[in-house]
Amino acid sequence: MPMNKIPPLLYGCFLALYSANCSAEGKILATPGVSQIEGSGGGGIVPWAQLAGYATEESISVSAACSRVTVKDFSLDSCAVQANLYDKIELSYAKQSFEVTPLKLNLKQNIIGAKINLFGDLVYSTMPQVSLGIQSKRLKTSDVAFSLGAKKDTGTDVYIAASKLHLGFINGYNWLWNVTARHTKSNQLGLLGFGGAHEKKKIQLEVSSAILLNRHLALGVEFRQKSDNLNLGEDHWKDIFIAWFPNKHLSVTLAYVDLGSIAAIDKQTGWYLSTMWYL
Amino acid sequence: MKKSIILLLLMSCFACSSPSGNIESHVESHIDSNSQAQTEPTLYQKMGEKPALDNIIDHLINIIGQDDVVFAHFAQSNVTRFQDQLTVFLCHLADGPCQYKGDSMEDIHQGMYINKNEFNHFVELFIEAMDAADISYPIQNLLLAQLAPLRKTIINM
Ligand code: HEM
Repeated sequence: MPMNKIPPLLYGCFLALYSANCSAEGKILATPGVSQIEGSGGGGIVPWAQLAGYATEESISVSAACSRVTVKDFSLDSCAVQANLYDKIELSYAKQSFEVTPLKLNLKQNIIGAKINLFGDLVYSTMPQVSLGIQSKRLKTSDVAFSLGAKKDTGTDVYIAASKLHLGFINGYNWLWNVTARHTKSNQLGLLGFGGAHEKKKIQLEVSSAILLNRHLALGVEFRQKSDNLNLGEDHWKDIFIAWFPNKHLSVTLAYVDLGSIAAIDKQTGWYLSTMWYL
Repeated sequence: MKKSIILLLLMSCFACSSPSGNIESHVESHIDSNSQAQTEPTLYQKMGEKPALDNIIDHLINIIGQDDVVFAHFAQSNVTRFQDQLTVFLCHLADGPCQYKGDSMEDIHQGMYINKNEFNHFVELFIEAMDAADISYPIQNLLLAQLAPLRKTIINM
């Protein structure tokens, strides 16, 4: 696991918290979800309303995750850390490294994220849980993005997400849904820069739906709408995932992803594998 | 896009056409339980009636006795009374043949200042107790679905 991609300072905090025994276990297993590809608490590709980790109002928690997506001509490695402060505020930091296999090119991006829970509780309130979040992105390797027509190498996504877990809803099985509306100019998450000559509609919809097969296994689907600012035929993303939560300190997610066309190379399907650790 | 919509729809259809988990029946709790038994068993019947409920609560009381997060709240409690009252309450909640006539959740837990962490932990102890009593996962979820909305009437009182 490319654990060394996490900046040493954050890694240090992580260990300090661990030894300080700040571990929080206040939520039902699996309900906080995992880390999405940009570092926020969520599914694999969609940020959810719930905050990463098991903290409740009275506690804080820290988590880290690394994931790899391998599709036909590309691969994306990302590692992220999250802090959940009193289940009110989530702070996250992610590093992405994107490999364009046919061109032997590597693109890198860092993302700082924050999310605030506005109201509601995923499990215990009748209302859904609703949160507001941002992802501030900085592309380190901007040449390719600019040559493809991107306007900028930094950008900020703002999203509002609503999630609800319905206990016993499907024949006694728990059902989770999430809907996220995101204001963004990112091209392929920002790895191909931000904005472009064809930018039009800027609010994108993202949805996830999952069923808990038992306490430890979640099976779900996700869909993430994307805009085609660069006129390269950027497609919406979708995946079908299975996530395993053996305990409150570990989860492993495997997904089959369909990323459509990336940089005008189409049929990018493949696999996503992610591991997350929770303190 | 099309495929994911179909999957989403499939998941929700699954919910409506469920053969044995008619969720509405638990909401309409005051239909006479005998006449209802012919068409659709109540949650109480599905979980295994009184023996199962007694079994869960026995385990729960044992587990609470060994737990350092919530035990402090119960240190002064009258265990027999708690056991009896909780049994009637849960039987009633699961549409069993019982009428809970005790105090409201607000009144009982008033002054205990139970926080979210403690409440959620209590729910997990309850899950542990249901596991120990061999209650199936879907039935556990249906019971939890009845308990979860009570949180706002129990915490921070
Ligand atoms: C959905 C969850 C809960 C339900 C349905 C519930 C229900 C009840 C019932 C029916 C009683 C008996 C009242 C009586 O004696 O008349 C009771 C008492 C009590 N409950 Fe809860 N309760 C819940 C959660 C909690 C939690 C989370 C705590 C603490 C962490 C707690 C602490 C107590 C205590 C200390 C008593 C008093 C026992 C005694 O002294 O007799 N309860 N509860």
